[in-house]
Amino acid sequence: MFDLDKWKEIWATLRSNRLRTFLTAFGVFWGILMLMLMLMFGSSLESGSKRQMKGMATNLLFVWGQQTTVAYDGLPPGRGVRFKTSDIEVLRRLPGVEWLAPRLQLGGFMNNFTVGRESKTGSFTVMADYPEFKNIVAFAYEAGRFINERDIAENRKVCVIGKAVREQLFEPGEKVIGDYIKISGVYFQVVGVTTTLRTGQQGERDANTIFVPFTTLKSAFKMGDRVGFFAMTAKPGVDGPELERQVKDALRRQHRVAPEDNLAIGSFNMFVMFDKLNTVFLVLALLGWLVGGATLLAGVVGVSNIMLITVKERTKEIGVRKALGATPYSIVTMVMKESIILTAIAGLIGVAVGVGFLALGHFALAQAQDSPMGPPDVSLWTVMKAVGILVTAGALAGIMPASHAASIKPIEALRAE
Amino acid sequence: MLRLTKVNKYYRVGTHSLHVLRDIDFEVEDGEFVAIMGSSGSGKSTLLNILGILDDYDSGEYRLGDTIIRDLSESRAAHFRNRLIGFVFQSFNLLPFKTALENVALPLYYQGVARRKRNQIAMGFLERVGLRDWADHTPSEMSGGQKQRVAIARALIGKPRLILADEPTGALDSETSAQIMELMSEINRSGITVLIVTHDPEVAARCQRTIRLKDGKVMSPEAAAAAAAAASHPGMRAAT
Repeated sequence: MFDLDKWKEIWATLRSNRLRTFLTAFGVFWGILMLMLMLMFGSSLESGSKRQMKGMATNLLFVWGQQTTVAYDGLPPGRGVRFKTSDIEVLRRLPGVEWLAPRLQLGGFMNNFTVGRESKTGSFTVMADYPEFKNIVAFAYEAGRFINERDIAENRKVCVIGKAVREQLFEPGEKVIGDYIKISGVYFQVVGVTTTLRTGQQGERDANTIFVPFTTLKSAFKMGDRVGFFAMTAKPGVDGPELERQVKDALRRQHRVAPEDNLAIGSFNMFVMFDKLNTVFLVLALLGWLVGGATLLAGVVGVSNIMLITVKERTKEIGVRKALGATPYSIVTMVMKESIILTAIAGLIGVAVGVGFLALGHFALAQAQDSPMGPPDVSLWTVMKAVGILVTAGALAGIMPASHAASIKPIEALRAE
Repeated sequence: MLRLTKVNKYYRVGTHSLHVLRDIDFEVEDGEFVAIMGSSGSGKSTLLNILGILDDYDSGEYRLGDTIIRDLSESRAAHFRNRLIGFVFQSFNLLPFKTALENVALPLYYQGVARRKRNQIAMGFLERVGLRDWADHTPSEMSGGQKQRVAIARALIGKPRLILADEPTGALDSETSAQIMELMSEINRSGITVLIVTHDPEVAARCQRTIRLKDGKVMSPEAAAAAAAAASHPGMRAAT
């Protein structure tokens, strides 16, 4: 393998046709580069999306009430479904539920609320939550803690504020924990400041949210027994659609909704979402391999073609070599090695350039936190696979020309002028 | 050295079969210097290809040394060509992108001799044909006579017992031809059997013996003598 002579032989033949060697090599180079760029693109979109969803449980389910569409149990369609505190115990008892967080937003869904402190005011989302919520969406804390069981039990007027809330209502460096903010005329003591792990729109919302104990909000603002919506996670081993079915069945019974009425209760299932996303990324990756692979294949066919032409042009040379004692094996290995060397060198340059782009892309996209494209992650393993594919491809490209070369009859070759 | 017994060779051209060699019978002793003559189409090149194990034959027996050359695998044939036979061609058949030295060394490459050793041996053979100073030149920089000398050095480097030359002087002027033939005689004197295919009577005259082919058959001694006489007649010679 490391016989200098053989390499010299190969080098001499490749060198004797510089332009052709270059063009052929370029085909392979381009193929592997395309393959890597396609995989990079897919990986980049994937990591971008995952970055946006960071801090959220992947087995997450949200359910909220909508309007019935089917008449049932003597009730007309078009009736609004409103969840109640009595639903909480029902859902907690379901076998598939791991963490259950009943939630209620002050002022209604997606409405912000004016909150003040001393002379400062701001418009924020005010959410009534149970401690369980911190198991569903993960937070980090700049200071303090999240709502706890005693807050709930004692209806404490405490709150946990997002980072943006702190920035707007407090001076930098000002002591936050223990101070008070005024929500609709009621003072709440700040017990924690969160920094979200999510990015983009979700992260923005988290930063602008004030969490208060569920029970406090209800008593302070006289909101009766309403629950805005439920957030929950599935127990390990329970899949999303199964949990959704259990929860919806229970809620339908509670609220006298027809079993076939799918529109009465709205839901968002992270499982399904993740499934869809994963399918999209899988398809993207497959597409990458397909398109990149096809380009590479075209390059390889090019190599095979050129090798075949080279062999035909060298018919006489091969005939001479055979007359001088070259065995078919030595001819086959000669041509195969040329093919593999050509493919491997061109391909490795392609891989190197691809890795360069990868590093560049990684650097650029790691900075841009809000970009839908995340840092691409094409693993060393993928690169190794690409290199393996190259060598195999080179060998495959060499088979036909090599067997043609081996089948050349020396007398015919010597006759060729 | 070699013996052919009732060797026949056919070429299939479409549905027709061309009988190129008919019951060829002859023997060449060790150390002989033999010319094979015949007009074009007489089958002399086919005969040489069979002798050189570059082509196979259809019936009869070809014995080279102690071996019956019959249905050899490609690798075995390559081995015999490499170790027993040296070829010299009319058109030299040097590899154009290699230097004279590398061309000469090529048979040793296929014997697996290391490069340094190979080149050292090749230099010795180049010296023997008087081209030591041309070792680093490629064939395109050399004259026809020089190229043929390189080819002869290449044929000799494998220490063959038999040299097969196909019209070795066909592409050379008469003065150069004479030099090449002198070199061939010298090789023969060193103990190597030499077979030359030629249609040049002057070349044949330098050999010890001539085998004449006509229409795929070896001519009888009487007919051969008549042909030789005719060929040496000035009027007839112009016609060939």
